Amino acid sequence: MRLVKTVKYEADLDATFAERVAAQPGGERIWDCIQCGTCSAICPVSLYMDLTPRRIVGMVRAGFRDEVLNAVSPWICTSCYACTVECPEKIRITDIMYVIKRMAMKESGHHRFVVPAIEEAFVAMVRKNGRLTESRMGIKVAAKSGLRSALGMVPIAWKLWRKGRLRLLRVERMQNPESLRGVLAAVEDRRPAPPRTGSRGSPAGVKA
Amino acid sequence: MKDYLYFPGCSLKGAGSPYEKSLLAVFRALGISLTEIPDWNCCGATAYLSVDADMGTVLAARNLALAERADGRDIVAPCSGCFLALSKAKAMIAEYPDLRAKVDDALGRGGLPYEGRVAVRHPLEVLLKDVGPDRLRKSVVRPLKDFRVAPYYGCAILRPYETVDSAHVPTVLEELTRIAGATPVDYPHKARCCGGMLTTGVQSVGLRLAEILLDAAKSAEADAIVTTCPLCQYNLEVYQDRLCRSTRKDLRIPVMYFTQMLGLAMGMDERTLAIDQLFRVPVLACPAGGRA
Repeated sequence: MRLVKTVKYEADLDATFAERVAAQPGGERIWDCIQCGTCSAICPVSLYMDLTPRRIVGMVRAGFRDEVLNAVSPWICTSCYACTVECPEKIRITDIMYVIKRMAMKESGHHRFVVPAIEEAFVAMVRKNGRLTESRMGIKVAAKSGLRSALGMVPIAWKLWRKGRLRLLRVERMQNPESLRGVLAAVEDRRPAPPRTGSRGSPAGVKA
Repeated sequence: MKDYLYFPGCSLKGAGSPYEKSLLAVFRALGISLTEIPDWNCCGATAYLSVDADMGTVLAARNLALAERADGRDIVAPCSGCFLALSKAKAMIAEYPDLRAKVDDALGRGGLPYEGRVAVRHPLEVLLKDVGPDRLRKSVVRPLKDFRVAPYYGCAILRPYETVDSAHVPTVLEELTRIAGATPVDYPHKARCCGGMLTTGVQSVGLRLAEILLDAAKSAEADAIVTTCPLCQYNLEVYQDRLCRSTRKDLRIPVMYFTQMLGLAMGMDERTLAIDQLFRVPVLACPAGGRA
């Protein structure tokens, strides 16, 4: 019989995780959380989340880095800001979800979901053309979301096309997308060179 | 009359084109000019902030800087997603000096200084605050009598900044509805999330959110939902047939933009307002009006 440890000792947690989240714009007030659960109550999608917003905040503070970065919750968040508006401690929970999404993309190495893939495709298209072409984005989403889902979109696409709201051949782009690319490249240039490899904030062998 | 710079955003050039057509037609009729910001780029929506916050902010700020360079008039951003992305970039840059330095550096290299002096406005605000209820009332030639409207605000124009209206008790859409001669119905979910991008990413959840809103509007016996956002309009409109089948409920209801509602009341014809481009055309009790 194999015995599995069911609790985490402090040594198993990531002591720097909360500070890294709090250091991001919008993350500061995470320390003020009173765990009242207003965020989870008002959230229209908390019932589909593996970790509710209240638990996410609590677990970030406690240093449950792996659990939080591998959670589905941030990818279910629709950024409706209901939690942010209702939080009695004025914690910007929506912004914290964004912080977790960005960390998960960089650090957790895998995504269980199609959502991050869609976001990355969106960003790639904007970097290329400066604008988004909905029809092209729709095709990319369909390609990533499986045959059944893609087939379900065919009647809708057909109707949109008939109504003149889907132009398959037209690509939306800036007159001069290079000007935007230059600006975005400047953001990258300014960054400290190597991403801190090895210092993923997981001291003392977090990953079992 | 005041003139504005115009940030259309990508949706208004795509599936949200009825919004752009009706907005431009109504503003023109009211004597307000909208000048498109030269060579604007995508606002970044929610996607860019999920991938790269600095770039997302710089992306949105470039549009603000372009507006400053153009002439610094207020920007009208009709799409809720764009409205929030631009507002948020402006607020975050003002709040965080680090972010400000990054934006200054990136835009400065492109020869685009950013000062943060343009205001980002939603057309609802422009209509009710700048044009004003009195002038709007005078422009109404065909009150939409007995037309029951479920006003739907969505999220982004109310939260988190509450610049357009109160996040808890919004009333501007109701006010506009009354000005148009129609009757706003009360229902509980007028600022609840429509499903956002989940209708593409995690469709089962996204469609459930849309269903809740359609159900609420139907229960309130509305003749149409009137909305302010191209993504909300899309989510509430295009999945109706599928939701009727999967839920065995009658969830069929026209979903139109507030600009289309106002335009109808101003006597404009349905083609000018791109009402024929909606999946379901609202049925008005009052007799069809004259030409615009």
